[in-house]
Order: sequence, then structure tokens, then C-alpha cells
Amino acid sequence: MNKIQSSLSEAVSQIKDGATVMIGGFGGSGAPLELIHALIDTGAKDLTIVNNNAGNGDVGLAALIREARVSKLICSFPRSADPKAFSERYLAGKIELEIVPQGTLAERIRAGGAGIPAFYTPTSFGTEVAEGKPVEKFEGRSYVQERWLKADFSIIKAFKGDAMGNLIYRMAGRNFNPLMAMAAKHTIVQVNHVVELGALDPETIVTPGIFVNSVVEVSNPQQEEILNREGAYYPPLNAPLSNNEAGA
Amino acid sequence: MSEQLNSIKLSNAQIAWRAAQDIEDGEYVNLGIGFPEMVAKFQPEGREAIFHTENGLLGFGQAPKEGEEDWDLINAGKKAVTLKPGASFFHHADSFAMVRGGHLDVAILGAYQVAQNGDLANWSTGKGGIPAVGGAMDLVNGVKKVAVITDHITKKGHPKLVETCSMPLTGVGCVTRVYTSLAVIDIKDAQFVLREKLADISMDDLQSFTGAKLHIENDVTDLIVPQL
Repeated sequence: MNKIQSSLSEAVSQIKDGATVMIGGFGGSGAPLELIHALIDTGAKDLTIVNNNAGNGDVGLAALIREARVSKLICSFPRSADPKAFSERYLAGKIELEIVPQGTLAERIRAGGAGIPAFYTPTSFGTEVAEGKPVEKFEGRSYVQERWLKADFSIIKAFKGDAMGNLIYRMAGRNFNPLMAMAAKHTIVQVNHVVELGALDPETIVTPGIFVNSVVEVSNPQQEEILNREGAYYPPLNAPLSNNEAGA
Repeated sequence: MSEQLNSIKLSNAQIAWRAAQDIEDGEYVNLGIGFPEMVAKFQPEGREAIFHTENGLLGFGQAPKEGEEDWDLINAGKKAVTLKPGASFFHHADSFAMVRGGHLDVAILGAYQVAQNGDLANWSTGKGGIPAVGGAMDLVNGVKKVAVITDHITKKGHPKLVETCSMPLTGVGCVTRVYTSLAVIDIKDAQFVLREKLADISMDDLQSFTGAKLHIENDVTDLIVPQL
């Protein structure tokens, strides 16, 4: 078994128009920036994206949204230091937004990966977020029914991975990544380091390889916060057109 | 009158200081992003709370020096933090298991409005724009003590403590204590119960800046904070 792929473009090549794609990360931390940029390069559009946020600046998820590839966003917090990519499209009515409380978002994704179609949570009871959802009392307290969330693809970031897709993460870059790995039909991971089978201690593996389909190494990943400080823009404005774009 | 208020009311740092005095040694605490983050600076000597952040970290410390940020090591406000000995990382579902499962002792949040029955409105003004809820609805429904720190009135002079919230709710009957720029108020049996107030404001004036009746149970003590 070897899940290692040689290039980012190969790794995302199966993602087509209309797909539901979960994107890991919390802000820039744990966000698979290079995979998102490779997804932009494919031209895939009409995507439903699941992420905690809505991008920041002009790179990563913000660039995917600005390039009009996203028709619906499911997230908890679409604000950031520089949210203009999302804000402009949202206020123009060009992107649908489903706001989900952060813990509910995490649990819906976990449930999707764990085969649990619905669950009850105290979160959002009595608020407009709960409107239209079934409510039930348990031990005298009211809880709101929430449904699982699943995806066609997840693109996530880990620190180290092996050919079987076993993963460990780095610091708070873990966040939604292990949950999204479970909840998609096809999970694509960018790792800082591909390591030999057996190099990861089985006691410390966070995501077992069964949840992973493709691993691609990005040994010096870029960081959204740093790119934004530099005023970076993706795709680069002065870059020559790729063959793909030239032919389109 | 509201101009006079500006000369006596507590600063945000002083409100945060007062809230910090009620956090016990060893408590697990979540501070909302923005103003509530200030509470961490004022932990009384000899006490150490363990701070939780929604994005999967327990036991973080202050911000690193500029230039030493590690952007995989951030808090829910997307600000760089540092690790204290004994810190741990976990994924988002575990993080919110801590929140909803009743494992956190204290959450301190900001507010647009707090109602006398403990209802909180702090996520949307209901006037359009872009809604953003984050983890607030989870925190208010799971953490053992949910406290609010806030100015007593809005910039336009309207009470933030009200009979019924007019803005979209974050949670129902969830707030137990409010630290304002003028007073410390508990919520008990769906009533505001005044515990402390600034010595420089009269009961009548304080009531006039409050949108629901202030009840008095025992003695009301002076709200005393240091110059910060």
C-alpha cells in the first residue's frame, strides 16, 4: 500500500464541479494552503465548502471564494482581519452561508465520520439557529437535534505522515483536521514530512491511515498569517497562464 | 449624566481585574475573544487558572515576543500564544466535549445585552450584516459558571442590562454574574441582584442606568478596584 502522491495537482485532480469539500484549519493554523491553491488551479467550481472560517486576505480559502468557486459555505465564524473576499460575495448574494456554532460544527463532522446521523446538543436551544430543528427534553433539559455532516473530499494538513496515511499534527494545527479526515469519502492530506513506515510511534498516531486516501509532501508550507502580512495574492497576478488556464 | 458617568466608571482593564478576582486557583477557564482576554493579565498572586481555547489547547500563556510567533500556536482570537508546562493539544470535538460536557469551570464573555433571567445576546445585532457565532453558543450552554464583562450602558447611553433581550439570543438563562463598569450583579431566580457598586454612584442613578429592577438581598458593598 502506498498513498503517497507525487504532486499537489495529482492529489486534487479528482475534485470536480459541485463537490462538497471540507477544508481543515482554524484561521491559518493547520490550513492546507498549498492544497487549496492547487484546488484553485483545477478550476473546479460550484463547490460547497466546510471550514470554521471564511478566509483572510487574498490567499487560501479567501482566494478560492474571491475566484467565484464557492457557491455555499458552512462555517461558524466568517469574520477575520481581512474578510473582504467573503464579505463582498456574501453581501452581493453570490454565496450561500450556513452559520453553525463551532462545537456543533465539530460534532456534526465527527458524527458524519462516525456513522451517527443525528445527535442532541444543548447548544443553540432557544436561539434563531435552532429554528425548525427538533427539540427534545432529556433529564429535564431541552436539547436541539443536529444532523451529521459529510463530504465528497476533505483536504487537510498534518505534520508527519507515512505511506499508509497515518498522521500526527503540529500544536493547535490539529483542530478540525482529524475530524474532517473521517468525514469524507476521499481525504487528501498535505504533510510537512513523509516518514518511513514504522517511524511514527503507534501510541502517538492521531489519525490512523484508514481515514486517509492520499498523502502529498509539502516540506516548507507557507503560512497564511505571514503571506497576509506580506500582502500576498493567489494566483500571482503577474504569473504566466498555465496550460490549463490558457486552454480554457 | 452619562458624561459624569465617564469620569467615575471603571475602565475595561478595571472590569477585567475585578472579574479575575473571582477565579479560583486551579479552575479551568475560557475567555472570549477581545476584551475578555484581558482577564488573564490580572490573576491574583498565588493562583493559577488553566486557560482553555476552543481551537484545541489547554494551558496556554501570554503572547510571545514579536517575531517569535509560531502560527500553529494560536488562541481562538487567532493571536499567537505560548505554552505553559502541562499544556495539551486536542482536536475540536474533544475541545467542545470539554465545553458542553461541563468540564470547564468558568467562561467570561462580552455582551450586547443581558436579561434579568440570564438570557445573553452577544453574537448578532440582528440588523443585517454578516452573522458570526463562533463558540459562544456552546460555551454558554456547557460551562459551569458563565460570567459577562461589559460596560453598564451602550455608547448611546442605553442600558445593556434589560428585562428582555431585543437582540438575537446566544443562550437562554445562562449568565450567572455580570461585571459592569459600575457594579457587580448576580442573576438569581430570574432577577438582577446587586452585590457591589461604585461608591460614587447613588442607588437611584444606578437603577436609572439599568433596564430592569435591581434587587438587594444582603448588604451592597463598594466596588473597589486599583488604578490600572
